[in-house]
Amino acid sequence: MREKGLLATLARLIPYAGNTIPRLMLGVLVGIAAHMFALALPQVLRDLVNGLEQNLNLQFLLGSVGLFLLLGASEAILVLLRRWLVLEPGTQVEARMRNHLYEKLQKLPISFHDQWPSGQLLSRSVQDLGLLRRWISFGFVLLIANIVMIAVGLGILFNTHWMLGTILLVSSLPFWVRGFNYQREYGMASRQSQDQAGDLATNVEESVHGIRVLKAFGRGEQAAGVFSRGAKELRMTELRKARLNSNLWLFIIMLPELSIGLSLLAGVYLISSGELTLGGLVSYFATVMVLRWPIESLGFLLAFTLDAKAAVQRFVEVIDQPIDISEEEQLQSIENPVGRLEFKDVHFRYPDAPDKQRDLIDGVSFKIEPGESVALIGITGSGKSTVTSLATRLYDTTSGSIEIDGVDIRKLSFGELRSTIAMAFEDATLFSASVRDNVLLGRPDASEEEFKQALSIAQAEFVYDLPEGVETIIGEEGMSLSGGQRQRLALARAVAAKPSILVMDDPLSALDVDTEALVENALRKVLAGTTALIVAHRPSTVMLADRVALLQDGKITAIGTHSELLNNSEHYRYVISSFDSEKQVII
Amino acid sequence: MSTFGTLNEDESDLSKEDSKVIRNRSLKLLISLIQPVKKRLYLSFGIGILSQLLRVIGPAIIAYALDTALPAAVNDDQIPLLTAVGGYLLVAVATASMTAFFIRYGARINQDVLLDLRQRMFRHTQKLSVEFHERYTSGRVIARQTSDLDSIRELLDTGGNEMVVSLMFMIFTGGALLILDPQSFLVLMASWIPLYFITRWFIRSARLQYRRSRVASARLIVYFVETMTGIRAVKAFRTEKRNQQKYGDLNEDYRRITKRTIQLFGIFDPSLIFTGSVAMTFVLLFSGSRVIEGELGIGVLTAALLYTRQFFGPIERIAVFYNSYQAASAALEKISGVLEEEPTVPEPEKPAELKKIQGELDFDKVSFNYSNNVPVLPEFSLNIPAGQTIAMVGTTGAGKSTLAKLISRFYDPVLGSVSLDGIDLREISSTDLRRHIVMVTQEAYLFSGSVSDNIALGKPGASAEEVAAAAQAVGAHEFIMQLPDGYDTDVNKRGGRVSAGQRQLISFARAFLADPSVLILDEATSSLDIPSERQVQLGLQTLLKGRTAIIIAHRLSTVAIADRVLVMEHGRIIEDDSPSKLIEGEGKFSKLHKAWRESLV
Ligand SMILES: Nc1ncnc2c1ncn2[C@@H]1O[C@H](COP(=O)(O)OP(=O)(O)OP(=O)(O)O)[C@@H](O)[C@H]1O
Ligand SMILES: Nc1ncnc2c1ncn2[C@@H]1O[C@H](COP(=O)(O)OP(=O)(O)OP(=O)(O)O)[C@@H](O)[C@H]1O
Ligand SMILES: [Mg+2]
Ligand SMILES: [Mg+2]
Repeated sequence: MREKGLLATLARLIPYAGNTIPRLMLGVLVGIAAHMFALALPQVLRDLVNGLEQNLNLQFLLGSVGLFLLLGASEAILVLLRRWLVLEPGTQVEARMRNHLYEKLQKLPISFHDQWPSGQLLSRSVQDLGLLRRWISFGFVLLIANIVMIAVGLGILFNTHWMLGTILLVSSLPFWVRGFNYQREYGMASRQSQDQAGDLATNVEESVHGIRVLKAFGRGEQAAGVFSRGAKELRMTELRKARLNSNLWLFIIMLPELSIGLSLLAGVYLISSGELTLGGLVSYFATVMVLRWPIESLGFLLAFTLDAKAAVQRFVEVIDQPIDISEEEQLQSIENPVGRLEFKDVHFRYPDAPDKQRDLIDGVSFKIEPGESVALIGITGSGKSTVTSLATRLYDTTSGSIEIDGVDIRKLSFGELRSTIAMAFEDATLFSASVRDNVLLGRPDASEEEFKQALSIAQAEFVYDLPEGVETIIGEEGMSLSGGQRQRLALARAVAAKPSILVMDDPLSALDVDTEALVENALRKVLAGTTALIVAHRPSTVMLADRVALLQDGKITAIGTHSELLNNSEHYRYVISSFDSEKQVII
Repeated sequence: MSTFGTLNEDESDLSKEDSKVIRNRSLKLLISLIQPVKKRLYLSFGIGILSQLLRVIGPAIIAYALDTALPAAVNDDQIPLLTAVGGYLLVAVATASMTAFFIRYGARINQDVLLDLRQRMFRHTQKLSVEFHERYTSGRVIARQTSDLDSIRELLDTGGNEMVVSLMFMIFTGGALLILDPQSFLVLMASWIPLYFITRWFIRSARLQYRRSRVASARLIVYFVETMTGIRAVKAFRTEKRNQQKYGDLNEDYRRITKRTIQLFGIFDPSLIFTGSVAMTFVLLFSGSRVIEGELGIGVLTAALLYTRQFFGPIERIAVFYNSYQAASAALEKISGVLEEEPTVPEPEKPAELKKIQGELDFDKVSFNYSNNVPVLPEFSLNIPAGQTIAMVGTTGAGKSTLAKLISRFYDPVLGSVSLDGIDLREISSTDLRRHIVMVTQEAYLFSGSVSDNIALGKPGASAEEVAAAAQAVGAHEFIMQLPDGYDTDVNKRGGRVSAGQRQLISFARAFLADPSVLILDEATSSLDIPSERQVQLGLQTLLKGRTAIIIAHRLSTVAIADRVLVMEHGRIIEDDSPSKLIEGEGKFSKLHKAWRESLV
């Protein structure tokens, strides 16, 4: 893909600026006006002094003082105005982009989140957008104002004498040549530094999320080593940026000065040949001095703008990601939801699977009748969790279809689909909110009755003993709970959603035998009226289900009751049985 | 309220004393950061001032050229002109080169300071105890290390040296004015009074706003991180809209605060400009009236006016710097708070010397509760002889993991002591402790990176053969070879690329490779299918020879390889004996075992 140009990239900001564009433009105008004052001030000052020389009286003095005060006040007001005008555009663009990014991220499919390191997303949302705010309200405005100022200044210079203007222009040529290379090189470095900052953020994030593992193995120091390496790489990139900047600055400072030196020579020649007055030459120098700052700041503003470009690029990279799991245009709705779930020749492979490998899900077909519950059995890595995530469209099937009550799930709105099916994941994925909020995640408007019932089905009554009962905040990812407690809350959450289809991925793995039995008894009542797909590893969990489906080599190779399969399927016996032929427990 | 560490981090409106304590703390941090680069900093100041001085020479040369060289040139004497031009060009080249050097050199200093702070933060958060992380949450640690550090980077970028140069410039100018016309100098000094009040107002309001801004930004980050971490649940339970609402509110909060902060500077800066203009007006008024009265020459008036103008020239740059300084110091306040936190599980000052570790564990009158003060483990004593394999079972929430975490010193007991071979764990350095005691936690966390990196975490620098051998021993080798790039396959964040059971196998291989004297397995096989579990247990039998092991499991299959079984309930060990005795007996375990046998096929 060819990289887009600077302007085309920055133009992506326009939609976010929206209704604040007039203010921003006004800010630019005011900024230009303030610059014009700065250009005018030396002139005014000189006139004033000259005037005072001729009119030595109090009246003129007071008049001048008044004029001065007026000028000073106007400049201050213009600056005040400019700063005030650009406030709203800058912060609005930042906030809108940040909201949009968040919205987009929530929409992007799980496969995107699998692949994108979280710190890269965070650094885009925080660092990059902050940079853009500063660029819009400061860099952009000054860039334009300074360019205008330089243009006007050049006009004045040419007006003084064409030769002097030409000297300045010609001597700036190396800068343009240099600047072209600079733009390319700095642009790359800037992009790289932002990417590296994102990698560092990822590194930090993992080091805290995985803190328990790092502690358990005493690998904090090693993690710090990895982090240091990343931080040093970032440092190198920043130093490269500084080197590029310093090379540019060398020109930016030297060239105007050189042209002043040459103008001195030319000016004296012009004066002696009578083409220029001394006053003309003096005002030429005065103007060049005033222009010095805007010219020099161009270097810094150019770098700033390139940083902004890289930030926009990084932002739109995410924004332009295709959402390949989205709602269809023509939505259907289930008339009478009863909860029949049917897999029809479903195929699925993860995008990064090697070509020669068979599809992970290689033609799965089965049907769960309303109210029926089916256990899904298979060895580790056979694709059970994958099957469950296909049913809620966390991933879309590669081919084949899944239907609920005869309607293809791709024809349902996400809202309908995901309120019809509730999931209990294999890892609890809780949030650092109250117990209540966690359990009622899928149905915030559930009654107190239903809430308590869900807790009791999942045998999660322990929550009443927490310091603040059901309002206790359970800590990040529920880490202030025991493993079994977390799992029961996740189960309660799925139950509380009152779905017509319940999908549970190994829901009892962290429970002890007693609690497991209690949960099973309570769940059975719920399951009597609910369609359920239960991933299981243990015979005890299998007992929850009416029938068992065996997932083997990507296909359902056997389906039937537990005892049927025990009799008929050798693979089933292999997966589920803890006994060898002599009925001896194999350790 | 105490200001220690991160305790009142979310407060912005601090009392005077608290504010002072916190400011001092962050100032101390700043100084300690600058200390190592002090010499270089001086040098860079020197170069900065020199290049500034050179730039002042430029106009003087022009003046010389116009006053002296020009008339000479008209009289056909070209030498002064050529000297002037040559001199000017020389100065131009020198200034430019110096500035260029200054930029590179300054960047080096800045980056070194930043790198230092980054590393300190990272190391320190790694050192802090699990308890701290539970309270503080990952989002905030991340916020401190990303957006707060960014504010400091910005401060460094604005350039402290430029500030020094500007200040010097002001002082020189003020001095020149004092010599030229003391009365005008007094007027200039009088302008410091409003300047002082304006600045004081700005500091106070900005400090408050910037503190708020840090808090708001951290909230935003925390929420962002949490959403992205739980994205599956977010999607499955359709909370996108609610999240968007909440995030939008937080975002708007942050925007408002940012806006207010910028607005403050938007008032501060023009006020300075205005003060400068007023000062100039007064100089004009006073010296002008003296000119009228014939007390002062018009040349002096011009010069006084120019000096006054020059004096206020760099003040805007100083203001910009000061503004970034305010922003950065709010960030430094938060960062220094984290750095001030001490691990609640501290390193021993004089670590005990460990010789050959046998692996005997002893709990002596230990009791424990988490920071919420709900008792979890009432007082108990327990001895585990070296080399014993313990199976720990019990109802969920009984405190099994808690007990395990005491052994691996995630927490220290509230009362009593835990010791390894008779040495209190509190006296063992963490390096030694981690080498000898390794725990596979209940939640199998994988880092993004290759499978082999994840396994090698157990033993840094392990060879590919060792890694593969460990994987083979736990029965993970086969599936790893099926992955697209085998051992080099990236498992993605949190190991999302592999299945739950595969994650456990990898974590297990990790522990296998670590080869500790004491091994704790907290439900390390809960997500495995029965055949894999069987294989793991075969591996365990060889692995556990000659080690102390504590295996927490709900599946009683583990019990068969154990020498001893502990049954826990409500924080107490209610049964403790060899498996066969317990099974024969009438207790809890025997009932559990029976139920479990029946559930098997
Ligand atoms: N996001 C992913 N990208 C690519 N491959 C994946 C991804 N998630 C899982 N896999 C692969 O797909 C296979 C099936 O994974 P899945 O999680 O469905 O297994 P499972 O049957 O649930 O296993 P377990 O019993 O261990 O939970 C595994 O081999 C795994 O490596
Ligand atoms: N970090 C924590 N902060 C506060 N309370 C905690 C924390 N971790 C655990 N608890 C509480 O301490 C008790 C014991 O928890 P622990 O994790 O030790 O149980 P467990 O026996 O391992 O249970 P499980 O079999 O479910 O894993 C539980 O009531 C739990 O809520
Ligand atoms: Mg699974
Ligand atoms: Mg536990």
